[in-house]
Amino acid sequence: MSKALIKWISGPVLRAQAQGVFFINEAVRVGEQNLLGEVIRIQEQEIVAQVYEDTSGLRPGVTVEGSGLPLAVRLGPGLLGNIFDGLLRPLSGTRSRFVEPGMYASVVGTFPFTPEIKNGEHVHGGMVFGSVQPVDGKTQRCLLPPNLEGEVIDIVTAGDYAEDKTLCTVRASDGSTHEVAMSHLWPVRAPRPIAERLPVSGPMLTGQRILDGLFPVARGGKAALPGGFGTGKTVLQETLAKWCDADIIVYVGCGERGNEMSGVLHEFPRLEDPRSGRPLMERTVIIANVSNMPVAAREASIYTGVTVAEYFRDQGMHVALMADSTSRWAEALREVSGRLGELPAEAGYPAYLSSRLADFYERAARVRTLAGDEGSVTLIGAISPPGGDFSEPVTTHTKRYVRCFWALDRNRANARFYPAIHPLQSYSEDVPALASWWQANGNPQWLAARGQFLTLLEQHAHLERMARIVGKEALPPRQQLILLCADLVNEGFLRQSAISPVDRYCSPQRQMAMMRLLRRFMELAEKALNEGIGVDRLIQLPIARRLQRMGEDVPEDRPQLFEELGAQLESDFVSLKGAVSRAS
Amino acid sequence: MRADLSVTGAATRIEGPLLFLRRTLNVGLNEAVEVIGGDGRPRLGRISALDEEFMVIQVLESTQGLSPSTARVRFFGEPLHFALGPEVLGRIFNGVGQVIDGGPPVAAERRLRIEGLAVNPVARADPRDFIETGISTIDVMNSLVRGQKLPIFSGGGLPHDRIAVEIAQNARLRGGAELTFAIVFVGIGVPHDTAESFRRAMESSGALERTVMFLNLASDSSVQRLLTPRFALTAAEYLAFFVGKHVLVVMTDMTNYSEALREVSASHGEVPSRKGYPGYMYSDLASIYERAGCITDMQGTLTQLPILTMPADDISHPIPDLTGYITEGQIVLDRDLDRRGIYPPVRVLPSLSRLMKDGTGEGYTHGDHPALASQLYAAYARAVQVRVLASVVGMEGLPDVDRKYLAFGDLFEEKLVQQAGARRTLEQSMEVGWEILKALPVSELSRLSDAQIDKYVREA
Repeated sequence: MSKALIKWISGPVLRAQAQGVFFINEAVRVGEQNLLGEVIRIQEQEIVAQVYEDTSGLRPGVTVEGSGLPLAVRLGPGLLGNIFDGLLRPLSGTRSRFVEPGMYASVVGTFPFTPEIKNGEHVHGGMVFGSVQPVDGKTQRCLLPPNLEGEVIDIVTAGDYAEDKTLCTVRASDGSTHEVAMSHLWPVRAPRPIAERLPVSGPMLTGQRILDGLFPVARGGKAALPGGFGTGKTVLQETLAKWCDADIIVYVGCGERGNEMSGVLHEFPRLEDPRSGRPLMERTVIIANVSNMPVAAREASIYTGVTVAEYFRDQGMHVALMADSTSRWAEALREVSGRLGELPAEAGYPAYLSSRLADFYERAARVRTLAGDEGSVTLIGAISPPGGDFSEPVTTHTKRYVRCFWALDRNRANARFYPAIHPLQSYSEDVPALASWWQANGNPQWLAARGQFLTLLEQHAHLERMARIVGKEALPPRQQLILLCADLVNEGFLRQSAISPVDRYCSPQRQMAMMRLLRRFMELAEKALNEGIGVDRLIQLPIARRLQRMGEDVPEDRPQLFEELGAQLESDFVSLKGAVSRAS
Repeated sequence: MRADLSVTGAATRIEGPLLFLRRTLNVGLNEAVEVIGGDGRPRLGRISALDEEFMVIQVLESTQGLSPSTARVRFFGEPLHFALGPEVLGRIFNGVGQVIDGGPPVAAERRLRIEGLAVNPVARADPRDFIETGISTIDVMNSLVRGQKLPIFSGGGLPHDRIAVEIAQNARLRGGAELTFAIVFVGIGVPHDTAESFRRAMESSGALERTVMFLNLASDSSVQRLLTPRFALTAAEYLAFFVGKHVLVVMTDMTNYSEALREVSASHGEVPSRKGYPGYMYSDLASIYERAGCITDMQGTLTQLPILTMPADDISHPIPDLTGYITEGQIVLDRDLDRRGIYPPVRVLPSLSRLMKDGTGEGYTHGDHPALASQLYAAYARAVQVRVLASVVGMEGLPDVDRKYLAFGDLFEEKLVQQAGARRTLEQSMEVGWEILKALPVSELSRLSDAQIDKYVREA
């Protein structure tokens, strides 16, 4: 292996005199503690490396040892249900209460393996060669490393094997043999190969009405979630991680609070997946690089997360990755760039911020895997813009690469209106692609309803401004009705409590029923108005109050209550008409 | 172990707080040094960059009077440590951990690195125990729990110091049990009189013997300011995780800390980001705030109550902004309320406690507590909205129900927020809350269940 001696060191960045060949992004080990680092720049015989751990005590003359391999992580069946640091080193295996430099816990699990190929079979990279079915957990498939091709000369029988034990031997066409275990190494910065990219088709259902109903994200899509502090980014990310209909969740806590990660860790095993009835933790991988862990590892954690997501995608699963928060990742880039003395672009960020963001978001896709299955990675990145100002570089650059933009609004959050997504500042470019899915799944009116709600909210914002000048009472009845209906949509449909056991998850069926009831109300109210009934009478209808509370009042397992509400809606209007005609 | 090596005359250049030295010894990054000038006074420093020929020493005290030719540098051979023992309680230290109360040095039982280590997220326990502060707007609406970091966003001239002292004196656990907090008071760049009045307040309430004070006065070196919270938190961690105490850390004023960070960063010639503050300010502040928490299987806890004054009362300024992104909520003080003589002048709408949902309700405080808080929030938010409307269209243009909201808004501020220095138990605070809700028609109380309305609000 190549060696180098440190010449200069400051913070997490070092320069060293190389004796031998190093390459860019090669993983290195530094000093006696074997601190992990990565080569980020080479100039003649000098290498520049960033170190992923605390560098206190390092000095000129200390040895840097090259590994000959790019910075890579081990992908295998032991990932699910566990928590790792930014470089995929397990945090749960250690007894240590603190994260110490050089801390290492290589936890090697044992899993029941069933082979799915035979001796003599011709195999290619990315193919499934067996499966793993833990007693309490999800079935996972074992993949051949993507760059392998040849003939199977040895495969073990079914049984319990350690994760890193050789299970299968493959002879390539050039005669070399390759040993394959359940897990394999993959460099984090290289996207895993696929057979082909597919256009997006179905939505990733989140169980959140404002997202599924107004700003849906497709499977294999990408969404950004910007918001100032206290607007509910983290709660929304966690809610998505809990209730979205992905097969696998990769949750990357990037430079965020330690208490939040431990909260996820304590809460997820107790929650049940509404579709499979299994604990949510079984489908989750947590990557935690909290804000006071070494900053360079924060930069790597995002790539580690996507690599893990792609690994599960290659098994033919639909994966959702939540990154909270990409701003902290960008700040880590900025910090390392500053120490290298690079010329800063906007707000001190390096000029390559935009292309790095593009690299990350471009790894979201719906694909045909090498094994021939369909899989997808959906990326949802939170952004923490300074001062809640969306014109800062991370937000503006991200906007160029994502298809969904879920803008969190300070005013809504201050009024405790959650999720505080602003309906007029947010958008989704996946809508046309998803309309046909709703059409095929029992809601042909979805596109029309969405348009109607958005128009209503737009008019509402306009009229609110007007009412502030002339007073609500002075608006004509038709405009007062718009205000009433928009309030209903806001309160009855868009607001959804993340902590309410009844309303935290909303199935497509329930969303459809609620949409239908609200639209029917608007239709009847409009008609009533045309027949000369005043808006004040409509506000007082008992059904208006019940529609506002239907999220809380109608649980998933009692859809018949919607029919009762529907019946009450009709009869309320009939009796209203009766009362008015009697009065006249 | 401590190596005792020193060199004289190796320095080549002094620039602000930085001392450039020829590297004649094999020393490591971040190790501590002492720089002794011609005046014989030792100044703490640390090695901030190294190359084959030179090293850069960041001097943590004033470099006034230093000369490159005569400066003697003594190397400790290890990063800065703080020697601690159980006797730290009742003592007063300066910003770099030296005793300044005239007493003998503290008998050390353990030496800890002042930077601390990140708590393994797996080892963290969820903060859950409700702390009663005696302040209604915090207890009922933004509850503090043990292990939380909840800053007070204040402004110049607002009574944040008084609030901090009262919380430190009054805080207790539910169920009558007196909560014996150990208090670590950290003055960062505070004027002498603030430090003195805090000391006197703790003394008069008899709490001084469970208090440790760290004072970096406004007149002290600003570079030392960067170390003050680290020394203090090391002492707090020692008391929490080695002695097993529940520690409340009051830090004032984090704005001075951030200013010092900017000053030092500028002297290093680093690329500034927003408003001249360094790009790593988030990570740096996080390395302080993240040291709050509870650890599984450990008895003690560490709760932080940092205080910062928002420059020009601007909550989007980088200091409160980055703090808000790290801490678990914020208590915002308001100049208007203060001017109207309302104490404590807490502006509830932008205030928030992220951990409130974990430490309130059935089994923690009271089953109806969350609903009451939610209803008070909703009603007060509406009242504030109506106030804006009323200032434009006048009272006459308002419907009857909106006028009731106006009255509720005044009641809220005068009855619930206003305490005039009296401590309230949670029960007393909740009672005031239910009482003022009676000013609203029952039909407006959408966040309360019928049973709650019957029990607390409807007149018998």
